Amino acid sequence: MKKSVILGALTIAGLSAGVAGAATLDDVKTRGTLICGVNTGLTGFAAPDANGVWAGFDVDMCRAVAVAVLGDATAVEFVPLTGQTRFTALASGQIDMLSRNTTWTFSRDVDLKFEFVGVNYYDGQGFIAPKALGVSSAKELDGATICIQTGTTTELNLADFFRVNNMSYEPVPIETNAEALQQYNAGACDAYTTDASGLAASRATFETPSDHVILPEIISKEPLGPLVRHGDSEWGDVVRWSLNAMIAAEEYGVTSANVAELAKGTDNPEINRLLGTEGNLGEMLGLDADWAERIIATVGNYSESFERNVGENTPIGLARGLNAQWTEGGLLYAPPFR
Amino acid sequence: MASLSDPQRDTFRLSQLINDSRYRSLTIQTVAMILLVLLFSWLVSNTVQNLQALGKDFDFGFLGEPAGYDINQRLIEYNSQATHGRAALVGILNTILVAVLGCALATVLGIIAGVLRLSNNWLVAKLMAVYVEAFRNVPLLLWIIAIFAVMAESMPQPRAFREGGGAEMILFDSVAVTNRGVYIPTPVWGDGSTVLVIVFLASLVGIWAFRRYARKRQEATGDILPVFWVGLGLFFVPSVLAYFVMGRPVTLDYPELGGFNFTGGLHLRNSLIALWLALSLYTGAFIAEIVRAGILAVSKGQTEAAFALGLRPGRTMNLVILPQAMRVIVPPLISQYLNLTKNSSLAIAVGYMDVRSTLGGITINQTGRELEGMLLLGAFYLATSLVIAAVMNVYNNSIKLKER
Repeated sequence: MKKSVILGALTIAGLSAGVAGAATLDDVKTRGTLICGVNTGLTGFAAPDANGVWAGFDVDMCRAVAVAVLGDATAVEFVPLTGQTRFTALASGQIDMLSRNTTWTFSRDVDLKFEFVGVNYYDGQGFIAPKALGVSSAKELDGATICIQTGTTTELNLADFFRVNNMSYEPVPIETNAEALQQYNAGACDAYTTDASGLAASRATFETPSDHVILPEIISKEPLGPLVRHGDSEWGDVVRWSLNAMIAAEEYGVTSANVAELAKGTDNPEINRLLGTEGNLGEMLGLDADWAERIIATVGNYSESFERNVGENTPIGLARGLNAQWTEGGLLYAPPFR
Repeated sequence: MASLSDPQRDTFRLSQLINDSRYRSLTIQTVAMILLVLLFSWLVSNTVQNLQALGKDFDFGFLGEPAGYDINQRLIEYNSQATHGRAALVGILNTILVAVLGCALATVLGIIAGVLRLSNNWLVAKLMAVYVEAFRNVPLLLWIIAIFAVMAESMPQPRAFREGGGAEMILFDSVAVTNRGVYIPTPVWGDGSTVLVIVFLASLVGIWAFRRYARKRQEATGDILPVFWVGLGLFFVPSVLAYFVMGRPVTLDYPELGGFNFTGGLHLRNSLIALWLALSLYTGAFIAEIVRAGILAVSKGQTEAAFALGLRPGRTMNLVILPQAMRVIVPPLISQYLNLTKNSSLAIAVGYMDVRSTLGGITINQTGRELEGMLLLGAFYLATSLVIAAVMNVYNNSIKLKER
């Protein structure tokens, strides 16, 4: 009895002893690698390719931070996390940052003590169903069996949506996207719900994507973005401005192709400050002057990353939509580099 | 006259604490105790410090807040507006349900496999050996997922039960096996069904009283009464008579295809079936070995002596072998029940909403109360295990060797 109490306490201590000190930036520099939490596998956002190299839109965010801090986009250790394990991993210090289609919500920001540094994809929750089911609207799903990933905001939105519309449903809780798709494809659930981007990404992996229809209703706001722990603002700034650098670079027309040219100096002071030829923004972040130049040269600007991973020319085929620059009617708006 | 005086008492010296065997163990225990207390207080202070560093407090208030998520299998009333505490309770009941079902089936499977493995029939014995080795030596998680995958992939969808869909309900259109689970009829208790229940309970008491009477009589006179047949009759006849006398108060609600799924009847979800079968088959393999060991532990001389007295093989097993084997079987059986209960926490692998999935999964995830949630979870499993052990110990005491 006494022994089990001690063992229990040891476990708790072990869980909490991993909490790193406040200076994550120094830890990453000393370690020489960035430890980044990503999805266990969502094509286009975070998935290992045929050679086992992680690729995707969320993975690019990790690589951008790595190249800004360490000068090497491959110096990233990816930790695949499920919806349930991600927050504990971040809170306990197992990972430096989380870039895993995570919705920015009040309680996660305030109560769970995380710091969302921005939004890299404005999303909303949708449903996918086989065409053969003959359903054209989510409102027709009364009584349906619906697959859902546990530990996500989508789980809560789903409960709200069906309650508000006075409909019943049978939830089939699943741990990962891959398992949910297996259940969905076996017909064990009538519909699958997750972020619309995830649905598009999943549909691209189906044998015949055209047999499945994404229902028109978007039942929630899902601003997805990278996040870090509360209480380390320096590190939060690094991640935040790495994201903003990619967004700003698109706005100013800086691409991986022309960044070397522009870094020699331009007559646009914003570009000069971004690329470190003017001012000392890099130094303020605790990095060197050409941190942003490296991000754009290796990972590309926001648009390049988007089009390469999830854009209209990929099997996933997502349109920019809300994720266009503010100048083009979207919501992407990087604060000034000044 | 010799005078006897006490030997002079030694004066106590500090070195005696180590060198004197009278005090040494005391010293070691004291030092160990101090170290233990130090270690424990370090653990607590470390936890407190790290919680502070994270800016988290220690508070169970989250149990009273609305959960916000739905649970598919509910044994009590629950909706997404109920509290996290209620969700945890739903999970606890689901855990207990699968543990009770699992223990029952595992015991039946284990006893059958254990006895048959000792059979003189070569084929039967080897088949049971294959079952035991296959299930005992492959991780439980794989069996759970395998059964779940087989259910989901190979059974027909509910849609297939429509006209011309190619799938049909079995057992006189009463049971539907689909890839979402099995739908079975459920009894509806109408007026007068209380009488039926009372009659049934009374007949159970009757069976117990008759067995007691039969045993007394056998011990006194040696006459053997047909306990089994009378018991069987008492079990069915009064209840069936009462059923017709009361005008068939209990009817069955059959599952019917409606909308996306079957409605009505009882829905045994894939997750429950996969978890239940996998837990039972896995633990049953261990119990089979325990049963076999128990039977083999009774020396062959006992059998031969019983035969020499003229007992038939059935009675030899029931009256001589099993009572002695039970003494060997029950203690390890208790730990198998504990294992099964704790192993049910693998439920999340197939989305079965046990307490690990509700309190230890979704609730922790939505509220960020890892420490509190895990402590509660640990306390629940500890309490459950202790209760099971206590109940089984009572049973063990009732069958153990009674020295007169």
